[in-house]
Formats: sequence, C-alpha cells, structure tokens
Amino acid sequence: MEIFEAISAKFNFWIYIIIMMIGLYAMIAKNNLIKKLIGMSIFQTAIILFYVSIGVKDGASIPILYHDQVHPEHHDESHGDHSAHSPSTDGHDSHAAEDRYLPELVVDGNDFANPLPHVLMLTAIVVGVSTLGVGLAVTQKVYREYGSIEESEILEMIKSGK
Amino acid sequence: MIEQAPALILLVPFFVSIFVALLGNRFQGICFPLSVLSLIGSVAASVTTLGRVINEGTIRYRLGGWEPPMGIEFRIDALNALVAVAVSGVGLLAAIYSKRAVLAETPDKVSQYYTLFLLLITGLLGMVITGDAFNLYVLLEVSALTSYALIAMGPKRATLAAYKYVIIGTIGASFYLLGVGYLYIKTGSLNMFDIHEQLIARDIFDSPAILVAFIVITVGVWIKMAFFPLHAWLPNSYAYAPTTSSAILGPLMTKVMIYVMIRLTFTVFGSDFAFIQLDWSDIIVWMSVVAILAGSISALAQTDLRKMLSFLIIAEVGYMVGGVWLADDMGLVGSIYHIIADAFMTLCVFLFAGIIFVKTGKRDITALDGLFTKMPLTMVGLLVGAFSLIGIPPTAGFFSKWYLIQGGVASGHWEYVIALLISSLINAVLFFRIIEIAYFGVKPAEGHGHHDSDTHESGPNEASFSMLFPLLATAAALLVIGLYNQDIVAIISSFVSQFNFGVIGI
Repeated sequence: MEIFEAISAKFNFWIYIIIMMIGLYAMIAKNNLIKKLIGMSIFQTAIILFYVSIGVKDGASIPILYHDQVHPEHHDESHGDHSAHSPSTDGHDSHAAEDRYLPELVVDGNDFANPLPHVLMLTAIVVGVSTLGVGLAVTQKVYREYGSIEESEILEMIKSGK
Repeated sequence: MIEQAPALILLVPFFVSIFVALLGNRFQGICFPLSVLSLIGSVAASVTTLGRVINEGTIRYRLGGWEPPMGIEFRIDALNALVAVAVSGVGLLAAIYSKRAVLAETPDKVSQYYTLFLLLITGLLGMVITGDAFNLYVLLEVSALTSYALIAMGPKRATLAAYKYVIIGTIGASFYLLGVGYLYIKTGSLNMFDIHEQLIARDIFDSPAILVAFIVITVGVWIKMAFFPLHAWLPNSYAYAPTTSSAILGPLMTKVMIYVMIRLTFTVFGSDFAFIQLDWSDIIVWMSVVAILAGSISALAQTDLRKMLSFLIIAEVGYMVGGVWLADDMGLVGSIYHIIADAFMTLCVFLFAGIIFVKTGKRDITALDGLFTKMPLTMVGLLVGAFSLIGIPPTAGFFSKWYLIQGGVASGHWEYVIALLISSLINAVLFFRIIEIAYFGVKPAEGHGHHDSDTHESGPNEASFSMLFPLLATAAALLVIGLYNQDIVAIISSFVSQFNFGVIGI
C-alpha cells in the first residue's frame, strides 16, 4: 500500500516521467524521422507538464485581481493576513511600490496559483514549436536529398556510397 | 554608452540581424558589411566591459531596470567578461572569413545565412553574460536552433547530421530545463546567484531534488558540449557543414557550453557541493581521460581534414572538463585559459580547412599536396594553429596545457597528465603528417588521381585577402594570448580565488 501512497501523493511527477520516457523511446527507437520528431515533441511536452504542475496549489485560482478587490467599497474578510507574496518568492520586497499606491489592498498568496512557472512555459512552448519547425524543415531537406525519411534506408544509401 | 556596454554586447548583433533579415534579400551587398560592423561593435562593447570588470570588479547590469531576482540580471565578472571577448572576437574573425565562403557555398541564401549567423552569436554571447538560469535556456535554444539551420545548409551529408543534432541537442537542452525546474521548486528563484544564496540560506544541499537537478543539468550540458560518450552528433555536423558554419560552431559552441558548466557548477551549486559533498571528481576525471584518448585516437583514423579536426574538438572538451573536475586551482585556471586559447586555435585550423575546401573543393588531406609553395601564407597560419594544438611554446596551447598539467600533478591525477601528454603526441603526429604532405607532396603510392600539373603550377596561388586576413589574425592572436598568458591568468585568478579548494593559492 505504501507504494500506492507514494505514487498518488506525487502523481504529477510519475506522469511526467512516464510521458518523458515514451518520448525518449520514440526518439531513440523509431526508424521514421517524422516519428522521431513526434517523440521529441512528446518529450518536451512532458517537461512543460512538469513545470505547469509545480505551480498548482489546492483551492487556488488564477492570479488575477477582480475589480472589487482593487477598489474595496465593501471591505471583505481577506484583511487579516499580510503575506503578499507566494511562498516561493519569500524575502523579496518588490511589491513595496505596489503597496504604496493601493494601501488597502491585501492579497493572500495562497489564494493564487504560482504564475511564474506558467509564464516560463509560454516561452518553452514557443521554443518547442520552433524546434519542431526546424526539425521538420531539416526532415524535408533530408527527403529532398535522399528521397526517403526512413533512417535505415538513408544509412544504407550512405554506406553504399550513393 | 559605457554604462550600457554589457547589454550592447548582444543587442548590437541582435538588432542588426533583424535589419539583415529585412533588407538583405533586396540589397544582398549590405549583408556582409553590416554583419562585420555589428560584430566590431560587439567586440568593442565586450572589451570595454572587460576593462571595467578589471578596474571596478563585478558589474551588475539590470536588464530593463528590473530588480533582481525578479528581473533578468547580467552579472559580469572576470570569467564571463573574458569569455565574452573571446566569443565576440572569434565571431568577428569568422564573419570576415565568410565573405567569399558564403558566396561560394550558399550563393542563393546570403541574407538568410547572415541573419542566422548573427543570431547564433547573439545566443552564444547571451549565454555567456546572462545571470538568469531560465534566460540561459532560451539563449541556449536560440543558438542551438540557428546552428541546426546553419549546418543543414551544407551539402547532402550535412542534412542528416543536422537532423541528428536536432534530436540530440533537444534532449540536452530539455534536461537542462528539467534541472532548472527542480532548482526552482526548491529555491523559488531563477537568478543563478540568488539560487545559490537560497540554497545556503535554506540549507538544502542534502535534498535529493538538488542532487537530481545537479545530475540532470550536468548531463544536459555535457550532451551540448559533446563530452565523450555523448558526442555522437558532433563529428559529422562539423565536418559537412558549410565552412563558415564549422568555423564558428567548432570554436564556440563547445567552449561556451564549458563556460556554462563552470558557471553552473561553481556559481549555482558551489564548489563545496560539487567537490566536497559529492566527491565525484575521480570518476569524472577518468571519464575525461577516456574522452581525451577516444577523441585523439578517432582523429588519427580520419582522412577527411575537417572530420579529423572535429574529433580533436572532442579531445579538447575532455581536457577542459577534466581540468575543471581536478578540484584544483591550477586545473580550473588551465581550463578557463584553455577555453580562450582553444577557441582561437580551433578557429585557426577550421579557417585553414575552410580555405582549402573553398580553393580546391576537396575535403581530404591529400588536397594539401604541395601547399607550401602554392599558398605559403596560409600554411604559416596553419603552422601556428598546429603548434598551438600540439603545445609548442610560445603559442597559447603550450601555456594552457602547462597549467592543466600543473593542476593534474598538484591534485595527484596522474592518469589525466598522461592522457594529456599522449593526446599532445597524437596531435603532433596528425599535424606533422599534414605538414609533410603540404611540404613534400603526396607519396606516389598514396596519391589517388594526383596529377603532376597541379603540383608544378608556377608561382604561389594564395587565398584572397578576406580569407587570409582572419587566418593570420587568429594565428597572431594565438601568439599574443600565449605571450601575455600571465596577464590573462591574473584576470582568471581573480575569479578562481573566490573558491577554496583547500589547495595553496596561486
């Protein structure tokens, strides 16, 4: 039973590792150059999944302030606790300036998912797409040069000196 | 302007690359001068920055005025200032060489070629000066994507090599990204210096997540630098790429990755974690011994000039990884000095190989037949590069090996010292074979399809100035780096002396 607990408590890590290994397997074992690129895409997506999952918190929402929170006509209950930062950015006082303009605004970091990993992954998705694009373009050139996208056939052609 | 110099190092080539992309198709003639001018600007900015670092110490440049650790910070100390000068200098020389070579090899893609070329140098310089772990990943991919395309522009075999490089390079970069993710979970920061401070403040060096991060990042970087068992992508990519591409990638890609390894090992994880807590230096030095010997011996078996040089790069990577992991002041100094020296000597021999390929159209070393009479100045350039790779004083290669060997002796890693000496001997054999062919001509038994009329052409038939100048300038740079080694080592020592290896300082 312990093993089930270990898996279920950190299931996001297990899932990303499994997806990553599927991608790695495809990159190494597949013979077709396009299938290798699909494997590469799966591999990168697994890492994106990993990053996205580490920003998640229980019961948290997207990190956007609503109008009535910024202009508090009716002061609500969220005043008590003054931890304006998400736990992962403790110790950095870059929100001081914000507080000056909105003296009454109090935000509890635990109410919001950590947006930073998600923002990073926007960049990583762009990088992944462009890598895939370059990979497909190179595959196209391989096809033009060799007339095949099966790795074994191409290696055979190179060996026979064509 | 001087205040902004750290950013200008990479912004100048970046913006010019956009101009080249926009205007280059219509006015093909402006691509080359614009590229060279932008790289001159980059060299000037990096030399200015190096001067400031020597006078004022570490520079902290806030990109866009955002406070670190939220914003991206360029923190430039003696190590990256020096490497940035080498990278931009090599980029400039390769750009000058490219004038004829690009027209000869990829005549229909001139503007695309220069756009990618400048973006590649932007990515490499960015990796050198950034202080942000995720920013480093993005720049790593910028330089990787451009290098895939630059290699794939070559002839038939280059395309398949580029494909292999896409696959393996992506695995390497993804591993790095994964490691950064683990560091972020544990420290909540992406700024390299802040990560280190958080690691110390939270005292989590024992955490398995940090160990996983270290392993994954190191393996990712090793893949990118072609450390021996992970080198499969390199030889064919560099051997079949267009000559300008291999003249820029060969010297820079692997060296910049070694810089990244040093930066991550020492600045992010810290020398205490890497050398005292893990204590893996024996294993990694042995791996580098294997890398050195495997690279050198594979080079012996090659007849294709550029392929031979590519295997030498693999051996040189072994030198530097081993030098870092000797866990000795001298070894680290030697490794950093070797980054600079090797960037220029690899450039020198790759420029030579490029000139030969463009002039004769042959990849084989038999193309060098009787070259001393035909191209005496080109051969002078090669001689300096070859002497430096062998390690003959007063070239830069001698001094870097000298420091590396001192490090090996001081830390008691005799196997590393022996591997270095064997590799130097093999380099001597390789280059004296080339010199013999160039001086005495191919022996009749070896000379396949060799016509007498080729050898006995009257008078020298030198390469054009735009190709010869970078070669000779690189050769001169090798001598200068060698002769001023004490000044360079003094700069490097100011970086190395921060780390306490428990060995007597320099």
